[in-house]
Amino acid sequence: MNDRSRLAVNICGIRMKNPVMVASGTFGFGKEYGDFVDLNQLGAIVTKGTSLEPWQGNPPDRIAETPAGMLNAIGLQNDGVESLINEKIPWLRSAAPDVPVIVNVAGKTVDEYAEVARRLDGVEGVAGLEINISCPNVKEGGIAFGTDPAMTAQVVRAVRKATRLPVIPKLSPNVTDIVLMARACADTGADAISLINTLLGTAIDAESRTFKLANITGGLSGPAIKPIALRMVWQVAQAVDIPVIGVGGIMTAEDAVEFFLAGADAVQVGTANFVNPSAAVEIADGLDTYLERHGFKHISEIVGAVE
Amino acid sequence: MKLAIIEHVKVGPRSWRLELDAPEPARDSVPGQFVHVLCGSSYDPLLRRPFSIHDADAESGRIRLLYEVRGRGTALLAERCPGETLDVLGPLGQGFRLPETSDARLLLVAGGIAVAPLYFLARRIADTVGCARTTFLIAARTKSMLLCVEEFSSLGGDVRLATDDGSAGYSGFVTRLMSEYLEGLTGGEKLIVFACGPMPMLEGVAGITKARGLKCQISTEAKMACGVGACMSCAIKVRAGDSFEYVRACREGPVFDADEVIWE
Repeated sequence: MNDRSRLAVNICGIRMKNPVMVASGTFGFGKEYGDFVDLNQLGAIVTKGTSLEPWQGNPPDRIAETPAGMLNAIGLQNDGVESLINEKIPWLRSAAPDVPVIVNVAGKTVDEYAEVARRLDGVEGVAGLEINISCPNVKEGGIAFGTDPAMTAQVVRAVRKATRLPVIPKLSPNVTDIVLMARACADTGADAISLINTLLGTAIDAESRTFKLANITGGLSGPAIKPIALRMVWQVAQAVDIPVIGVGGIMTAEDAVEFFLAGADAVQVGTANFVNPSAAVEIADGLDTYLERHGFKHISEIVGAVE
Repeated sequence: MKLAIIEHVKVGPRSWRLELDAPEPARDSVPGQFVHVLCGSSYDPLLRRPFSIHDADAESGRIRLLYEVRGRGTALLAERCPGETLDVLGPLGQGFRLPETSDARLLLVAGGIAVAPLYFLARRIADTVGCARTTFLIAARTKSMLLCVEEFSSLGGDVRLATDDGSAGYSGFVTRLMSEYLEGLTGGEKLIVFACGPMPMLEGVAGITKARGLKCQISTEAKMACGVGACMSCAIKVRAGDSFEYVRACREGPVFDADEVIWE
């Protein structure tokens, strides 16, 4: 194995052995993939969105495959923050002690986001909080907070006050101006920004003349959304001084390189995990090969290096 | 894991049987479990497809899948040839709980392509408690779509057929045949039902077994992405105290007790 130090990064105080994380909602709480991939090789694990109380999620069908992508309307089904603290985090601490765990925080109100953040403050094994202000599949909260800069600011400010952990809002692409949202986060104390979450869409079955999702609409992910994600990462990286984490349709190391060139300081791999459980690890390996092949000493040398 | 295709044959108008060299799955699989298969080699279609394990033989190290071409994923799979390899995850999920003793009468009810996991179950029953007191109800829309009839017959149980159009065996839905079969039994016998088929059929089977107080295990179907319990796509609505919860077909299932499931 090569000297992998050229991949090591520190994203707002979270030290990762490589800049390739697994994205929220696509990797459960790590344990689900424990039999299929060496978790210790991941840059970081971003957990499934976690709320104050357990959420039941949406009725099925919850997904629909689309060209080079998929729509999901899971509805943030999760067991709540206490189960995370008492079961899921301790499991990860013993199974993947070297991998930072970033908890994706969901809420229906500003107070709920803040309360989850408060409960996680000081919990051993939690390295940071990603704030889910962009889930398109829940009736309240979620995307409502991510499409209005004033509400975004409110959530980020409240979470910021509730924790000493790094705070990373995850932006929705379902907005007119992504830069406005990014600035609202940066101005209210966000330590980094991840983007993008899924794009709102729907799918209809022509034969049965029905919607394919019980929720009617869902979030589009997968390689189909990569060009949009790449454009938004590029815009946001130019507009803010805090680290940018690029997410959206990354399937290969080459895809990841494109996000770094657009200005991402780290990336997350999402839907690709469903296709190949080792996707994130293989992408990290491929990044290292790319850097070596092009004579770069560290991943940071290619951040924003597109000409 | 990458598994070599040993044999791939068309066994019905839209059905294929695929044999894979798969020593570990062949050793570890339980009837009712599934494998998650990458059918194509491009981003479209993107996701894996889940297939019930149709047979597993530890000695030869081979597993079989039996599937129907329904969409683009399965159409691509049907083009794959012996000598090629397939990217497969599994075995996954919870399988059928096998009867431990031979004192119960067993009834296996299969609709369409869903004979796939029930044949594996039948083989295990034949190898353990024996099929002498087992009845197989095998159904399809029409005669040419009936699958595995000879295979089930060779196991020694009582095989009965049903077709929606009456072209073979009982004319009508398999749930009607099942009701009539149960009517004909002498009372007081212990009977366990195992069923797999389209969700409306399973709902019908569950209704019958509930009304008669029979134990019934069903293998469910749901749209699935990861197959390992991470994405929460394959939600099945089940009872939880006085309320309900969604559990994962891929992890808590695909086999459930019929009385757990809430039908919508």
